Amino acid sequence: MRITFPRMGTSYIAIADLLTGLGNEVILPPPITKRTLDLGTRYSPEFACLPFKILMGTYLEGIARGADAIVSSGGVGPCRAGFYMEMHRRILRDLGYEVETITLEPPKGHMVDLIKQLRRLINVPLSRVWSTVRFAWGKLELLDIIEERAYYLRPREVVRGSTTRALRKCLSIVRGAKDMEQLSEARNKVEEILASVPIDPEAVPLKVGLVGEIYVVLEPFANGEVAETLGELGVEVHRSTYLTKWTRENAFLDFFRIPADRDAKRLARPYLGEMIGGHGIINVGETVIYSRNGFDGVIHLAPFTCIPEIVAKGILTKVSSDLGFPVMTLYLDEHTGKEGVRTRLEAFVDLISKKREKEQGVAW
Amino acid sequence: MNVFLGIDLGSVSTNLVLLNEEAELIDSLYLRTGGRPIQAIQEGLRVLGGRHRGGLHVLGAGTTGSGRRLAALVIGADVVKNEITAHAVASLKEVPGVRTILEIGGQDSKIIILQDGVVVDFAMNTVCAAGTGSFLDHQAARMNIPIEEFGERALQSKSPTRIAGRCSVFAESDMIHKQQMGHKVEDIIAGLCEALVRNYLNNVAKGKDIRPPVVFQGGVAANAGIRVAFEKALGVSVIVPRHFDVMGAIGAALLAQEAVADGRPSQFKGFDVGIRDYVTNSFVCQDCPNHCEVVQVIEEGEVVGRWGDRCGKWSASVTAPTPKVPHYLEGAI
Repeated sequence: MRITFPRMGTSYIAIADLLTGLGNEVILPPPITKRTLDLGTRYSPEFACLPFKILMGTYLEGIARGADAIVSSGGVGPCRAGFYMEMHRRILRDLGYEVETITLEPPKGHMVDLIKQLRRLINVPLSRVWSTVRFAWGKLELLDIIEERAYYLRPREVVRGSTTRALRKCLSIVRGAKDMEQLSEARNKVEEILASVPIDPEAVPLKVGLVGEIYVVLEPFANGEVAETLGELGVEVHRSTYLTKWTRENAFLDFFRIPADRDAKRLARPYLGEMIGGHGIINVGETVIYSRNGFDGVIHLAPFTCIPEIVAKGILTKVSSDLGFPVMTLYLDEHTGKEGVRTRLEAFVDLISKKREKEQGVAW
Repeated sequence: MNVFLGIDLGSVSTNLVLLNEEAELIDSLYLRTGGRPIQAIQEGLRVLGGRHRGGLHVLGAGTTGSGRRLAALVIGADVVKNEITAHAVASLKEVPGVRTILEIGGQDSKIIILQDGVVVDFAMNTVCAAGTGSFLDHQAARMNIPIEEFGERALQSKSPTRIAGRCSVFAESDMIHKQQMGHKVEDIIAGLCEALVRNYLNNVAKGKDIRPPVVFQGGVAANAGIRVAFEKALGVSVIVPRHFDVMGAIGAALLAQEAVADGRPSQFKGFDVGIRDYVTNSFVCQDCPNHCEVVQVIEEGEVVGRWGDRCGKWSASVTAPTPKVPHYLEGAI
């Protein structure tokens, strides 16, 4: 079994280690490029969402590299993503590719199935599973930390582009770590590299929260590099969704009935009492939280035709006007031009910086 | 005379304006971009410079529009600004208390919501260009009516025909159908205006809180039929500013004035950029599967700008001095 998986942001680095450590031969999904998207769009239903199309392309590129099995996660709640693995499998079959598919559903309500699926992935003695999982998790956490730090550094950097260069260096160091010991060395090295990016300590950047559907929030290719663009426009970005956080909540906390995202769900309740699937309800709550925590605005990233995000967008309009808090939705699909995203982001940054100026008054 | 220059390099038209130090419009020029943006700018500067026989001293220059980066590079701009902000700045100058700006141009349309002189919300059309200038142009040509008379003809209608306006292709077939049914041309034109306004309000302006004073600008504001259709649909009077067709350029000039207010010298290269030799070309970078189309601008044999690469290796490789811009604008150039 040569296995491939969806590529989402930097997570592929840790996921590859996890699958390899569990005794699988891994076909690393190639970076998502225009070719991936073209390929995916050609073989996808037109009104499927952008993540579906990118995944379709990724799988085809993985198969071309020799993959014969795909592992992916299932969806949460009433969102089409729950069907995606099966849809992808059928499309691939019609194209003449018989691949094995392994779908990891959140444990709540799917425990037996999840164990069954996981056992297909575990091809080493059980005694080695724990250390492998711990190592991959550690990597994933470090990757999330690096990204979070880059969001902080970018608007403060003295030399344009130095954060992005440092970030790339860090990622390649993390990729190279092969065991727990090397990982902790990598952690130190990463700290060193990030600390050496010269920043302006006096800068008080604007702060923007990123909410939206997890795939388009996490994968820069899917969102026209929103986070990087905002950073270079002098905005500190904060993301509510990190893969470690999402997995913890959906795979563990939810299973043990520990309410995750307590605040977000509670704060969303005046607007939306129903679970609408995907990240709809969380986005509403997170927006309220960002507004209370002194952020200047929120960018809502939504795949075009995504039902949970369409619902969220409608509600966010109300949240925005109730709180006097700027929220901009960007719909993303294969026709989205990077320039169009850029123009809107520039205008949004103008808007929030004028608003801040006005609220703080002129400093005499 | 001391002036501020504003250029709005759009997909369909290129507009240039000159403001004096009191921020009053002293000259403006509207050109078709015609797919040759650099030539349009050069031509515009040549004409403007010629009209004033070299008596102009440019204190500041600003650019906006989808081609703002290119324009900034060619002329040496002090400020590069997105269209939303530029339009809002110009509108605020003309109608100080403005709350809503409806802007419809050649291929795009936008709505801007303001409160106490500050933009609080905006939207641009995304997937659909129905109702923009290009479509109206096309329909006017098809019906053999000069575009300048299109709006006036619409106003002559007593009972506008209902036209399906969701999609410009279907709107056209519906119009043909209505013509064949024997509806009067005026009624069809008026119906089209109403359909386009419905389309705009449902798509671009959806969910926006439209409050008066409402300003309508952009090239399509020349069309009185559309203005009246807006008034009918919104139930408020709609103001079309004097220089409705060059508001973006006016905004860019006003922003240039602000940018050099601290007394810094302008980066403007002079009206003679018209005689300098500019070449643009593009190539597809083959270094990774992204296959980015990299565009480069060559001034007098020297590469002065490159963009289009995702990874930044080409845009970062330009050695020629890039125009100095305020720090917060660096990302924009």
